[in-house]
Amino acid sequence: MIFLMIIYAYLNFRFFGEKYDIRKLKICRKQNAAMFLIHFLGFLSLYLSRGEEEILVFYGAQVLFFALYLVLSRVFYRNISRLLLNNMCMLLSVGFLMLARLNMERAVRQFAIVAVSAAVTLLIPYIIDRVWQLSKIPWIYGIGGLLLLTVVCVAGVTSYGAKMTLDLGPVSFQPAEFVKICFVFFAATMFYRSVDFRTVALTTAVAAAHVLVLVLSKDLGNALIFFLTYLFMLFVATGRWLYLGAGLGAGCAASAVAYRLFPHVQRRVAAWLDPWSDVADRGYQIAQSLFAVGTGGWLGMGLDRGLPERIPVVEEDFMISAVSEELGGLFAICLILICLGCFLQFMMIAVRMQAMFYKLIAFGLGCEYIVQVFLTVGGAVKFIPLTGMTLPLVSYGGSSIAGTFILFGVIQGLYVLKRNEEEEDEEERSKSKSK
Amino acid sequence: MKKNVPNPKANKNILRLAYAVAGVFVCMVLYLGYFLQFESDSVINNAYNPRVDLLAERVVRGEIRSADGQVLARTVTDADGTERREYPFGQLYAHAVGYTGNGKTGIESLTNFYLLTSHVNLAEQVINQFSGIKNLGDDVVTTLDSTLQQTAWELLGDRRGAVAVMEPDTGKILAMVSKPDYDPNTIAADWETLTADEGGEARLLNRVTQGLYPPGSTFKILTLLEYLREHPQDYDQFHFDCDGVYEQGDYTIRCYHGEAHGSQNLAQAFANSCNGAFAQIGMSLDKEKFRSLAEELLYNQELPLSLPYSESSFSLTKDADDWETLQTAIGQGKTQTTPMHTLMITSAIANGGTLMKPYLVDRLENAGGQEVKKFLPSSWGELMTAEEAGRLAEFMRQVVTEGTGSALRTDAYTAAGKTGSAEFETGKETHAWFTGFAPAEDPEIAVVVLVEEGGSGGKAAAPIARGIFDAYFSGRSDS
Repeated sequence: MIFLMIIYAYLNFRFFGEKYDIRKLKICRKQNAAMFLIHFLGFLSLYLSRGEEEILVFYGAQVLFFALYLVLSRVFYRNISRLLLNNMCMLLSVGFLMLARLNMERAVRQFAIVAVSAAVTLLIPYIIDRVWQLSKIPWIYGIGGLLLLTVVCVAGVTSYGAKMTLDLGPVSFQPAEFVKICFVFFAATMFYRSVDFRTVALTTAVAAAHVLVLVLSKDLGNALIFFLTYLFMLFVATGRWLYLGAGLGAGCAASAVAYRLFPHVQRRVAAWLDPWSDVADRGYQIAQSLFAVGTGGWLGMGLDRGLPERIPVVEEDFMISAVSEELGGLFAICLILICLGCFLQFMMIAVRMQAMFYKLIAFGLGCEYIVQVFLTVGGAVKFIPLTGMTLPLVSYGGSSIAGTFILFGVIQGLYVLKRNEEEEDEEERSKSKSK
Repeated sequence: MKKNVPNPKANKNILRLAYAVAGVFVCMVLYLGYFLQFESDSVINNAYNPRVDLLAERVVRGEIRSADGQVLARTVTDADGTERREYPFGQLYAHAVGYTGNGKTGIESLTNFYLLTSHVNLAEQVINQFSGIKNLGDDVVTTLDSTLQQTAWELLGDRRGAVAVMEPDTGKILAMVSKPDYDPNTIAADWETLTADEGGEARLLNRVTQGLYPPGSTFKILTLLEYLREHPQDYDQFHFDCDGVYEQGDYTIRCYHGEAHGSQNLAQAFANSCNGAFAQIGMSLDKEKFRSLAEELLYNQELPLSLPYSESSFSLTKDADDWETLQTAIGQGKTQTTPMHTLMITSAIANGGTLMKPYLVDRLENAGGQEVKKFLPSSWGELMTAEEAGRLAEFMRQVVTEGTGSALRTDAYTAAGKTGSAEFETGKETHAWFTGFAPAEDPEIAVVVLVEEGGSGGKAAAPIARGIFDAYFSGRSDS
């Protein structure tokens, strides 16, 4: 399995080097084969270990879903990015596998959410292609997002010290996952209109308000994501190093203040610096995560042979540790590289887009995605202090999944848009030649 | 929708940021790799890691053996499949090897993860897995020498105390005995009696590393070193007339049993362990420098030890009164140390000032006897300069040839050391100390002996060291 995963990750990067579409197509086919094989082997070994029929049914449903999703996406959008599509499915399949191993009930729920999200977000590229008014309504994105976050801050449910969840009777969700996307649209529309000082100041004020509300909800991970994304977008839009430098400086100052003000921040940092002196309490989470990663080693304990369930909130925040423990450190590293590959693909799309609006959207969403991956993986392996974020598409969590699907949907939309344009250009050119 | 890019550098900047992010990710992956390769072993061998016990379901706990091949602990599987840990030597290795079940101590705890990790060849592992047979865990080969351990254990006899033997130039621990002890075979059955400890014997305590005692005259090694540092040129001018009692203001310091040593130079005062002379030296020392010397020699500091241990304490400050100063100089007062720490200082003197980290595990072998991992000696650093170590070694040699260490006089080898008789409670016998090494010119082993309420160090502790040196050197001449 590890071997297959390495092949998959390798192909992922080979893709960037290939110029010819036919070769690219071949690579994608190989990726698909590798993915279905990994998925099959994973569930087979889980079934052999557990012997529950339910696993086979679940596996069948997933194969059906992946096949349908892969085929339908390409039928609807001839020009969709197959690489991104493959990566999505790969991450999802690893997520399903680990969730099925950790908590079958949650895995099934996750599957339902994924299926619905996938179906709904298939519409997004269509919308992007047709509805150009998206770039005209910055204040709806900005104020709408801010309002939602404020509602969470006031009325949200507290879990693990942070107010993130809004409880609406039967369903509860984490608005921050969706506001993230609104936020990028907001910043992109603003900067698309103008990058004079007034607009920048105004946009920065709204962005700062977002971050502040999140800090007040004690949702520091998301606050950091919003902050960094905004800063990078500002830098790309204006091209001024001054903004980037000043922003980073302000960020450092703000984190120093946050460290002083909030005892929970101090605890996190202390646990990061030395989890071992207080393993029983403060360092418990991170120590359990390191035990998992360390015991698994390079090759892993084998599926269902470790104890990832001993890590608190493993399904949400420590999927990478669980993967590393049972499937091996190499597998986990490949997973990280696939995430990085997605990000690089986002950036390529951002570079190729001509309109600043689309460029900024692709870039901003990419930033959000990769910062989140960085926070969750870095936290789990003690590279940075723990923030408690989900690993997009792999971790359990409806809002996270739905939000990520929208994010990928938007990017796919941009990609399709671009490819269609290019094709039209070519057709025109060939027409003019034939004349 | 198409519009000219307002900022032509946007693409360049996007790529710059993308590369920066990729760079950060590469760092993170490298860090993860580093963790997996180098740090994970020490991390996972942690009492809070529930996974290690899980390994026991798939692996038969390996053997623990002495350096000369004796089995010190093994797992016996009964016909019905239940496993039992057996310690063929019973109490002999109780504190060194430790026990398992009711928690783990000693080498059993130190190497828990290794014992439960199997390195039999991969094909065999796969076959075993499919046929439901447990793999055999790796065996731990210790640095312990069964002859020396046996000798030390027998010589200490029924007395309470601690004996430890170490190779100064490697840090290998060759023997470790603490008494009273217990039988690790019956630890579960005896658990309540042992932990209730109604007799106040503290049988489960490893006195070598965890027992805190006043160092008594063995501490004069430090006082002497400080004096040498403060008088690098004229220390051989030192002179003291001992009439058995030294008076300083209202305080009096007596030599052991009030003995009058007469006219003493520095070497004689050290060899005879003259309290008066060292009390006078103590009064003359710079207290702050004395304190920093003690801390350089690992008082009030963490020790490079993997076993649980107690930290030694040295509490003299520059504001201390005369009484505390006098007492501290001769190793009484508030100063406390462990036998292991004393042995480490002695080993550093024997090893030209460099302390080697003490260790108990020499290598790991798979069930087929192939080496899996070898633990190499590693240096902790210098406790003192080579010149200082050489001088101290000469002084310690004279303790044996001229002074209180007479029990070690022999033609077979040249021993060096320091005795101590530490008062700890009025009206009770003193704790007897001996710490030393041999041969003096090129030390091969260092020994520490502590006998609780044993009386005089020269009479109670030094003979045990003698027995250990005898066993070591006669064993060597045989082979």
